[in-house]
Amino acid sequence: MADQHYPSELLYHPEHDWARVDGSTATFGITWYAQDELGDVVFFDPPDVGKQVTAGEPYAEVESVKAVSDVIAPMSGEIVEVNGALADAPEKINDDPYGEGWLVKVALSNPTEADTMLSNEAYEALLS
Amino acid sequence: MASDAQILRRTALYDRHVAAGARLTPFAGWEMPVRYGSIVDEHLAVRRACGVFDVSHMGEIETTGPQAADFLARVLSNDPRALAVGESLYAVLCTPEGGVIDDGITYRLGDARYLTVTNAANHEIDFAWFGEHVGDFDAEISDAAARYAMLAVQGPRAREILAGLTDDELPSRRHVATVSMLSHDVLFCGTGYTGEDGGELLMTPAHAPEIWDALLAAGVTPVGLGARDTLRTEACLALYGNELTRERGPIEAGLGWCCTEASGFVGSDAVAAARAADPAEKLVAFTMDGRGIARAGDAVKGGGVVTSGTLSPCLQVGIGMAYLPADHAAVGQAFAVDVRGTLRDAVVASRPLVSPNKEN
Repeated sequence: MADQHYPSELLYHPEHDWARVDGSTATFGITWYAQDELGDVVFFDPPDVGKQVTAGEPYAEVESVKAVSDVIAPMSGEIVEVNGALADAPEKINDDPYGEGWLVKVALSNPTEADTMLSNEAYEALLS
Repeated sequence: MASDAQILRRTALYDRHVAAGARLTPFAGWEMPVRYGSIVDEHLAVRRACGVFDVSHMGEIETTGPQAADFLARVLSNDPRALAVGESLYAVLCTPEGGVIDDGITYRLGDARYLTVTNAANHEIDFAWFGEHVGDFDAEISDAAARYAMLAVQGPRAREILAGLTDDELPSRRHVATVSMLSHDVLFCGTGYTGEDGGELLMTPAHAPEIWDALLAAGVTPVGLGARDTLRTEACLALYGNELTRERGPIEAGLGWCCTEASGFVGSDAVAAARAADPAEKLVAFTMDGRGIARAGDAVKGGGVVTSGTLSPCLQVGIGMAYLPADHAAVGQAFAVDVRGTLRDAVVASRPLVSPNKEN
């Protein structure tokens, strides 16, 4: 399992999600803190490509040995890709939450939502 | 996150858990380790080698006196009058209507001395229940919960490691004896809740940290309640509050083997009637057919309910236990579970789902 870290190039949502914004699209995932709280992730139930997601609303489920949890969308938009590798290797969410453990890619409907998200420093302050 | 104003009790090993990096969780009024690192890793350590669990939250009731066994035969579903000193039995406590109040193991420690281990959440209920019935007998009960810390040491290497901590012979499976471990008296019970061999060790709480340290120094993995639950589910061992409740009887739970209705325990008439009638539902073990994990409380299509569900770290598939209509409960029977709105396939499997590891 990776050591605790929160990359400075990502934006964070208080529900423990991150977004890597690249123009009008973004990649979403869950933070190191979220995967550590969950423990061993054993199942990722992705949304369908084409589905609309809304900032602050659940869009997928991630399941650990003990429980299932909703994943909250940090920004709004349309799912354009899901990380298919997680079907057979959901543990990537634990091992590499900001890299191979990414969850979905989204065509953003309102890129200005980025202005309301947290920096890594603000997110870490929230955790402490 | 809402703050929890409840004052939680801590076991004698609390500082050890914190030092080992445990994630602590409220459980039946106690602050208990749910995991130290990965539940899967802890689970596999028990299946492959040896793990130690702090289960000091469990309660104990001591029964003494000339009619101790006669009294226990009244409140336990299984007849303790046949026990020799050093033997144990598993039993449920029944309501007069035949529902289950609790389950647990009773050990015969001496000629007229028995120890019943209770579930933490039910300990005070059990003690009160014993108290309601003991007046009819020349026997005395005492609440012994504060006198003991309890460590479960489980896995294919457990006996070999435990034998290294004592010069005394360890009692065999399901037997109990006092052994000297690091110069401390330890009540060694050849029982457990994982399906693996090993023991449950009862000791004065002040001695528990020293024994814990010796076990870790011998290479034993500390294991939390998270893996305890996945291990007992693989072994198809019932958990009170999940498989066992006051609304269900021991026959439908598959525990008819621990009910001796002829001994006349409280609820024995209802249990005998249930046995004669055949229950409408039966407890089964199941595996998921494909992805997804059914969880406790999920409904079975066509009737029935899941009582326990988790990922099996050994089988790498969703597993669990469920009550199914008795005519649809045979091994191999396919059924569907409503998992948060999605019907997922499952199949009734033979018990246990994972057999103890005897390779070592």
